[in-house]
Amino acid sequence: MKLTPVITEHWDDPELYTLDGYKSHGGYEALAKALTSDPDSIIATVKDSGLRGRGGAGFPTGLKWSFVPQNDGKPHYLVVNADESEPGACKDIPIMMANPHALLEGVIISSFAIRANHAFIYIRGEVPAAIRKVAFAVKQAREAGLIGKNIQGSGFDLEVTVHAGAGAYICGEETALLDSLEGYRGQPRLKPPFPAVAGLYASPTVINNVETIANIPYIIDRGVDWFRQFGTEKSPGFKVFAVSGHVQRPGIYEAPLGITMRELLDFAGGMRPGAELKFWLPGGSSVPMLTADHLDLPLTYEAMVEAGSMLGTGTPMIFDQTVSVVKAVTRWLEFYKHESCGKCTPCREGTYWITGVLEKFEHGNGTTGEMETLTTLCGQIAGRSFCALGDAAATPYPAAIKYFSDEFTAATHTSADEQFDPVASYVFSGVRA
Amino acid sequence: MITESTRIKMRELAGRYPNPRSALLPMLHLVQAEQDEVTTEGIAACAQELEITQAEVTAVATFYTMYKHSPVGKHHIGVCINTLCGLLGGDAVYDRVAERLGATHNGPSADGNFWLERIECQAACTHAPVMTVDWEFMDDVTPQSAVDVIDKLAAGEEVWSTRGPMIRDFQATEHTLAMAEDDLATIGNCVDEKMLAGLKIAKSGAQQ
Ligand SMILES: Cc1cc2nc3c(=O)[nH]c(=O)nc-3n(C[C@H](O)[C@H](O)[C@H](O)COP(=O)(O)O)c2cc1C
Ligand code: SF4
Ligand code: FES
Repeated sequence: MKLTPVITEHWDDPELYTLDGYKSHGGYEALAKALTSDPDSIIATVKDSGLRGRGGAGFPTGLKWSFVPQNDGKPHYLVVNADESEPGACKDIPIMMANPHALLEGVIISSFAIRANHAFIYIRGEVPAAIRKVAFAVKQAREAGLIGKNIQGSGFDLEVTVHAGAGAYICGEETALLDSLEGYRGQPRLKPPFPAVAGLYASPTVINNVETIANIPYIIDRGVDWFRQFGTEKSPGFKVFAVSGHVQRPGIYEAPLGITMRELLDFAGGMRPGAELKFWLPGGSSVPMLTADHLDLPLTYEAMVEAGSMLGTGTPMIFDQTVSVVKAVTRWLEFYKHESCGKCTPCREGTYWITGVLEKFEHGNGTTGEMETLTTLCGQIAGRSFCALGDAAATPYPAAIKYFSDEFTAATHTSADEQFDPVASYVFSGVRA
Repeated sequence: MITESTRIKMRELAGRYPNPRSALLPMLHLVQAEQDEVTTEGIAACAQELEITQAEVTAVATFYTMYKHSPVGKHHIGVCINTLCGLLGGDAVYDRVAERLGATHNGPSADGNFWLERIECQAACTHAPVMTVDWEFMDDVTPQSAVDVIDKLAAGEEVWSTRGPMIRDFQATEHTLAMAEDDLATIGNCVDEKMLAGLKIAKSGAQQ
């Protein structure tokens, strides 16, 4: 399958981030088209396109928009989830740095469709490089009358506010993000009510991922048939894949959904010299790992679920034979433990216990009985936590044990670093730890 | 001291939202921009401007990891130690940087000029191992290149982010975050080879 740059098509134009640069490639033509059509017809188009959320869960975007009650007399809000903090996910930040106007044009069209007059772009605080580019795009768009009152004579008003977070992975969870945006600790809310009915300031709110919204101008401009020529029936369209790890050329590769990991790996130049693929994760640390046996499966929402994993954020991390699975999993659990918001007991206490036991294995002090303990602990967190962070924390170990139980058995007497020299995994040479 | 000009900016931030309380996170960034940490005085100012209690502000200020409760110094140094970066060499980078600074995780350097932090995934795994200086990207570092950056900063020399502008200092970045804008958008290159990897192949005609 071929690479198909769409969102990334003009990233080699150093002026793309400016309004003029974006416009020189046809930017804001979709907006002009949208503003002269009926908002409901835009929702229908997005529904027909089959676009699914690129933030991890893959929920159909048009369907989500259609849940927003109309003529309810309440203000509506669009909130862009630009918190990108999932370990392994590195595609929203590049989109904002290289092509911020694609996001912004998407924001204006999406707001028009759901009848929102105020949109918020919640960007994680740790990335000023993305914040300043998006803010600059907003400023230029405002000066050009693309944001503000009576946009291009359409009678549609829109304010766009860029907002920086302050360091908390949980704020990527959509309801925690809303609490954070309201000025509170970012902790998830009980659902229902869903944000589409009672979201920001208890008003109807649509929350979408950066890449999801950046798809919108292209769909409106080029149409449903064009969009659906990419991907599969259940996973239409293209995806900004970000390939990282022990490959020759880590980077951004935009391709139709349904491309295989083997094909993407080829584009990325294959494994680094002398390396063999050991395990990979299709989209973030919250999805189960896979092995070389899964390289020929299409990267679609449905095929990844069938293989026992998930597409997630669509940002594959590739690890070679030098990497200790025990160490990798322990490190991810240390992350979940650190990021657990503390609201519910299974996740707050469970991540603490799992991490403690895993650290014993990492140091070569686990016991076979504790392998059972870990399985039990994960079972008690998954499905019993208040939000999906708990489920995510219960994911790495069961997936690892499915393919690499020998390594955990070995870690009952030999530490991870003795099993696998950490220096061999480094991407630079000449360093002794 | 929280100056009157900071107070004015706090009010401007509050005015951006339908409900002023939404400005609390940016306001706390503003406190750090002025005071190099979240001070008691800064908490009091936020509480006063938003007409909420200091306890409510403190509850928020202690939840988010970017807010610091003692002075950061001139530069914040982050080294990503999440699985991908850590295993690809970030662990070695962290060790060398910690040694160079005489600092431990989430604490100041021996001379108080730097703050060191083991950071989680910085959304730049394609550029692993990743370091940040005042939260600007320093991509693809090695232990040696990381220490070189710190030596230059310590000597007051010019250092550029690999995907962004020239490094200023921690408080300047906090100001950018607070106001969610600055005048540096046109400076420095944000798009590098790795971000163009797929595009280059597609445009080269190498695909059949
Ligand atoms: C712990 C956690 C972190 C998340 N982080 C993000 C994130 O950084 N960005 C994102 O778009 N979605 C994230 N999500 C998913 C959101 O809750 C939500 O599903 C998504 O923003 C919806 O947008 P979409 O339908 O366009 O994908 C996260 C979910 C969880 C449970
Ligand atoms: S599962 Fe974890 S992150 Fe989610 S609400 Fe419970 S404690 Fe918080
Ligand atoms: S793991 Fe370091 S940037 Fe993602």
